[in-house]
Amino acid sequence: MIDSALLLAISAMATCLFAALLSPCIGRFPALQRLSVSLLLAASGALAMAAGLFGLNDSEAVMTLPIGLPWLPMHLHLDALSAFFMLTIGILLLPVGIYSVGYLKEIVAKNGSIQQMGLFLPLFALGMQGVVLADDAYTFMVFWEIMSLASYFLVTFEHENEATRKAGFLYLLMAHLAGLLILGAFSVLYAAAGDFSFVAMRNAELSPGMATAAFLLAAFGFGMKAGVVPLHVWLPDAHSAAPSNVSALMSGIMLKVAIFGFMRLIWDLVGMHEFAWWWGALVLAAGSSSAITGILMALQQHDLKRLLAYSSVENVGIILIGIGMAMTFAASGHPLIAVLGMIAALYHTINHALFKGMLFMGAGAVMHATGSRDMESMGGLIHRMPATAVFVLIACISISGLPPFNGFVSEWLTFQTALLTPHLENTLLAALIPFSASMLALAGALAAACFVKLFGIVFQGQARSTAAAQAHEVDGWMKAGMAIPALFCLLLGVLPTLFIPLIESVPQMLIHASLAGSVQPENWLWLTPVSADRASYAAPMMLFGMLILAALIYWRLHGRGKRILRSAVWSCGHAPLNPRMQYTSTSYSQPLKRIFSGAYLPEVHEGTRYGVHPLVVHSVVYAVHIGDLFYRRLYLPVGRITQAIADRLAHEHERGMHAYLAYIFSTILLLLLWVVQ
Amino acid sequence: MSLSMTLWVLNLAQAALMVLAAPLLAGIIQKCKARLQNRRGAPILQPYRNLLKLFGKEALLAENASWIFRTTPYVLFTTTALAASVVPVFLVDLPSALIADVIAMAALLALARFWLALAGMDIGTAFGGMGASREMTFSAMAEPAMLMSMFVMSLGAHSTNLSTMVQHALHLDHLLPSVAFALAALLMVAIAENGRIPIDNPSTHLELTMIHEAMILEYSGRHLALIEWASQIKLLLFATLIISLFVPWGIAESPAIQPVLAALVFWFGKVVLLAVALAVLETGLAKIRLFQVPEYLSTAFVLAFLGMLVHYILEVGA
Repeated sequence: MIDSALLLAISAMATCLFAALLSPCIGRFPALQRLSVSLLLAASGALAMAAGLFGLNDSEAVMTLPIGLPWLPMHLHLDALSAFFMLTIGILLLPVGIYSVGYLKEIVAKNGSIQQMGLFLPLFALGMQGVVLADDAYTFMVFWEIMSLASYFLVTFEHENEATRKAGFLYLLMAHLAGLLILGAFSVLYAAAGDFSFVAMRNAELSPGMATAAFLLAAFGFGMKAGVVPLHVWLPDAHSAAPSNVSALMSGIMLKVAIFGFMRLIWDLVGMHEFAWWWGALVLAAGSSSAITGILMALQQHDLKRLLAYSSVENVGIILIGIGMAMTFAASGHPLIAVLGMIAALYHTINHALFKGMLFMGAGAVMHATGSRDMESMGGLIHRMPATAVFVLIACISISGLPPFNGFVSEWLTFQTALLTPHLENTLLAALIPFSASMLALAGALAAACFVKLFGIVFQGQARSTAAAQAHEVDGWMKAGMAIPALFCLLLGVLPTLFIPLIESVPQMLIHASLAGSVQPENWLWLTPVSADRASYAAPMMLFGMLILAALIYWRLHGRGKRILRSAVWSCGHAPLNPRMQYTSTSYSQPLKRIFSGAYLPEVHEGTRYGVHPLVVHSVVYAVHIGDLFYRRLYLPVGRITQAIADRLAHEHERGMHAYLAYIFSTILLLLLWVVQ
Repeated sequence: MSLSMTLWVLNLAQAALMVLAAPLLAGIIQKCKARLQNRRGAPILQPYRNLLKLFGKEALLAENASWIFRTTPYVLFTTTALAASVVPVFLVDLPSALIADVIAMAALLALARFWLALAGMDIGTAFGGMGASREMTFSAMAEPAMLMSMFVMSLGAHSTNLSTMVQHALHLDHLLPSVAFALAALLMVAIAENGRIPIDNPSTHLELTMIHEAMILEYSGRHLALIEWASQIKLLLFATLIISLFVPWGIAESPAIQPVLAALVFWFGKVVLLAVALAVLETGLAKIRLFQVPEYLSTAFVLAFLGMLVHYILEVGA
């Protein structure tokens, strides 16, 4: 049976496919190509959003596609979980499509064509939608690989740049390693079910060993794609190398598709009755370490897009803290609290898609205006780009978890879940969850510091370069692309009570429990996740109170106050302040570098060059570099060891003909022995 | 008048009291400090006069100040006053405590800090950036400590609603060890969050170790008045929070005239005691070095976390 929601979802995919097929045909007209591809993407996003909204309310629907191998047709399926992630995809794809109309204009002007982008951007969106809708392992992997490969070609869009090629290679490598692990997880389930379809896998009986194997393979595979520490090293490079509309999609949705894959495999296919108690603990630990590492690394970046990429690592960590708590509570027989944790995680998933997408679009606008990603050369853009500044500020407040925007709601829900820990009997878990909550509090406060830095250095103060001083506001398409998520950030922040009942069908499907049983929803004003005397939050009333109070003060003071005088900044009687006297991005984060120097291990290069005499200093050099600790301490050694083993083995290739004959002979002998047995 | 109506009126009265009494607390502390330093000191009502004077002056803005700089005083005052209105002062049962619980209250204060730090970065002076950087860095370490100590209290009360938490504290028959840890942590955080000695000196204006004052150096006139007033409200808020959560005895449980009046007297007495204690502390202590502040704050955090562990080990199920 096909219902309207699945039909909408399939038409969203068809729109992407059409865009991908159309794009090469009209490559000779870049303006037309740019407009049609972008708007088709936006249309696909709108369709996906509609599919998600209907799907969250509707019953499930299944469809078999007439393509694929003869004995292995492709199955598509829209249930609450896929509907929620369709909604997440759509809610960002729509604004990014609109934004791309303006953004690609500059790329066309620079590169002359957008052939590569025109083909792979729709394919990328198609892959993500297909993964979410897949109903068998085969379809899932095919779309997963479409998503990975298309995004590889998008990351290497500016392939003239060597750093981009390196970032692309690392990304491809990690994406395939992740794909291999996920394939392994599906193989385990296939071995139990004997069939590729998710229906069979769901009903299969798993031994505890197999379930654990599937969990570990899925956790590492999807964790690698989601950028969980320490598997995140590809993420900052790939996100900063990609064009900004692509980074918005990669960070905003592709990481969420990995979260989706994990939830599909572990919550849906393996099922919560198979959970071992330590699974949730592992996810919690991974989430907490990602949250802290991500934001600490983000604070030390001065490349705008690397900062945002590391902040994505942090937010994936926050989502995983919610999922980990849900797994822990589900495994210990507290389904209602698990529902709350899952809602917190899902809420943060859609929130992060919105504000991180908006921030990457803002970064693209800033790069468009100043031609640089280096925050040290920006400043004062709030005067030159007032609209972009407002949108980025909204995103910064949201991502810092401050009311009245959406980031606060999901952090609040996560804290509320953590505070229900006394219901746990296992002491280790009961101590681990408050620890995660404190790490979440620390990460939230550090995020506020990080985004004050981003906004303060990029948009405020005086321009640090001529490009920044002559920056210009972006066009209407790009502004509209940023305005839509800004609006959703406010709506999701003020009206969580309308949104939570909608996404509640996901935990209903996975945990078979509902908050509705424990809460009497009083009305749309009050958010009372467990019960009204336990905790409540009324965002509309708070916003209302704020507005009333602010208006009152403004009216009292402004109406009768003296006029405001403008003058130059007081510089203690010296020459006027110049831009080089300002705090820079590096000096802003210097205290944190010092406090957490144990975690950063900065490499300092100091040197003094002397002139003719040791007392005459010619020049002093001071350079600090903070690299990714995991890359230096984990990846490079592993790489070196692999290289060393390969070097040893390479000698075996340099033997003569007789050695090769001996190899062949011994191989055949071994194979024969094996066959005989 | 119905009961809920009475409660709302009392709630508004309480919020107004917090806002209006805040400068008085600052005056009392100043007077105590002056007496401790063998000075006669300014009258207790001096902070009101200062505010009036500033409101009457014209405001001066830097040429490149953006709208963020201009709106900051209003945002700061609004959010702080709103946060102050959800803390029980003389009556336990507050309807506004349902609107924003203790996490939302902390978030409101964080929002105020966020805007203030942005205002510090707005003009592009070195002092402003320095203040913003330090404020955000240190508050990043203070906020988890504050949340943790609040969580210890809310775990006991099974609620994050401040009214319920105070009610629970009121009916504790003996001092729990976890509460002692939470109190110690919250006291340390309160000193840091309000920029008092030994963390920051509120009466300095040009000192290389200043934090809060560095961000507001460029403000004048009514903008400065609002900012000063907001930080006075914040101080009273923390004092009231500590009193209501840890020594709530005397607070009224029903909106009758007699208990409310008695509760007012109790509250005022306790605030004055805290003010004297703070003045003694500020006179006796020297400011610590800037890079010892993280150690101070992580001590507070560890204390709060210990409180939480103690709660789990000793008090759950007991």
